[in-house]
Amino acid sequence: MGRFLGKAANFLAVWGGKAQKAAPDDPNPRFIHYLNCIWPPMDLYFPIAEMSINVLLLLALGGGVGMLSGMFGVGGGFLMTPLLIFIGVPPAVAVGTEANQVVAASVSGALAHWRRGNVDFKMGFILLLGGFLGSSFGVWIFTKLRALGYIDIVISLCFVTFLGIVGGLMVAEGARSWLRSRSSNPAPFKKLHKHTWMHGLPFKMRFRRSKLYISALLPLSIGIFVGILSAIMGVGGGFIMVPAMIYLLGMPTSVVVGTSLFQIIFVTANVTFLQSVNNQTVDVLLALILVISSVVGAQLGTAFGSKLKSEQLRALLGILVLAVGCKVGFDLIVTPAHLFSFAVSGGH
Amino acid sequence: MKIFRHFIILGLLLAPAPAVAFSSSSLVVDLSSNQIEIKTDFTGTNLLLFGAIDRKGDVVVVVRGPLRQEIVRRKERVAGIWINRAAVTFDGVPGYNFVASSRPLSQIASEETLRRLQIGSERLRLKPVGLADESLAAEFRTGLIDLKKREALYSGKPGQVSIRSAKLFRADLKFPSNVPTGSYTAEIYHFDSGKPVSVSRTKLSVQKAGVEAAIYNYAHEHSALYGIVAILIALFAGWLGGVIFRKA
Repeated sequence: MGRFLGKAANFLAVWGGKAQKAAPDDPNPRFIHYLNCIWPPMDLYFPIAEMSINVLLLLALGGGVGMLSGMFGVGGGFLMTPLLIFIGVPPAVAVGTEANQVVAASVSGALAHWRRGNVDFKMGFILLLGGFLGSSFGVWIFTKLRALGYIDIVISLCFVTFLGIVGGLMVAEGARSWLRSRSSNPAPFKKLHKHTWMHGLPFKMRFRRSKLYISALLPLSIGIFVGILSAIMGVGGGFIMVPAMIYLLGMPTSVVVGTSLFQIIFVTANVTFLQSVNNQTVDVLLALILVISSVVGAQLGTAFGSKLKSEQLRALLGILVLAVGCKVGFDLIVTPAHLFSFAVSGGH
Repeated sequence: MKIFRHFIILGLLLAPAPAVAFSSSSLVVDLSSNQIEIKTDFTGTNLLLFGAIDRKGDVVVVVRGPLRQEIVRRKERVAGIWINRAAVTFDGVPGYNFVASSRPLSQIASEETLRRLQIGSERLRLKPVGLADESLAAEFRTGLIDLKKREALYSGKPGQVSIRSAKLFRADLKFPSNVPTGSYTAEIYHFDSGKPVSVSRTKLSVQKAGVEAAIYNYAHEHSALYGIVAILIALFAGWLGGVIFRKA
């Protein structure tokens, strides 16, 4: 009891700014310092990242991102990778480890969707084929760029571009549907299928679950494209794959998330494997902690998300995605505080 | 064990100072430990260095970590964004450089002497690989030292060696959590009126141990298997998470 009171007093004192202030070189955000007053600091040394990180900070990050991914149905890799880099994890390790974490996150989500029959396996396999080709090529590009020293800038530019586009589209659509519901006009009539040049492509295939009859080349090329990005950026690619499936392929929304998650498992597993072999940048210990916290967070997020309207959700996610994109973009433009940096040397 | 250590100290006393032969002044030094093990709970560590000098003077402690090649890049603005452009490779860069002294270095010895003994981060002889332009190399060298200082790998301030009654001295050696693994040397100099009168060297090693070493070695020696195991763990964790929360 006395110990508890002591801790509580310490906690209050720190809130009041009177007691043991965080050291100026302490990399942890302030709230972690407050948390450490009631919970002893727990730093773990991560063997591949080669640094020690506060476990509470990691659990908070994993839980927070997991909650968002549960709410919005995205993997969360696009948020987690920049956050990991932000707390000082070497970018290459952040990307490799995040791919490993997304494997676990998408297995958990895909199983839930599979139970409800929301996975188009045929479509999934073709996307997957493309994904394998794309991600293998992506890891090759990653290794080349890393040797040239351009990897960090390419990761940043990819994030700015894709977060900007996807976030902008989501916010725009959320705003439009919000305005529509305000003016209480009925939604404009949408044709089930528009015929474009895409439907003239060869190798047509029937996708029963998605109610589509389209060329297999379309999902294949989307798979390749997202595979390349997922290898370079260390993300599952859900936030690009999902809009592509809805808007480019015209798949029904109900099967999109499940199918996307299904193929993300395999693509990120491939990335994990290739990153381990080529770059040794997958930290299993770091991935495990992120997995545990994000699985718990995702369940909380799912429960919370079901209380919000879908257009609200989409607009919120759009704002979030845009904000992350802006932060990464801002860092590219603003004169950095330190111009010099170390490159990872080849042989050591 | 204690007696054994005394013998070592006695050995040090009797042995002629290796490599750098100075005058007959004697200097006795020991470390609280010669090995740092990086385990799961490693957040950096301190070692105590202590010893005695037989006459008045100053003590300077220099600890250097494993030498390696480092590539330093500089960001330049291209089309409005900052991109890594120019790069200079340096050979023989210590991964760790700690300097502690009983007084400010400039009061202990001349710049020339300090430079000859490479005491102080700024005085390390870092050689650029295949680059003629000395002014560019100097700029990148300053950048490198600055980076290492920010990573807390190059450190040390005057006054970190305390001397008691002009005989006994001690210094706390700080090793941050990102300390590189490998073998280190601690050099202890005894200066008297600007001249190094005695030097002593001790080796210490920093190694990953336990789980940390196992994971790191596995990742580098069996990288394919490591990748597969990483995937299996993730698959299992994802499945387990789904099962637990479905029932809850």
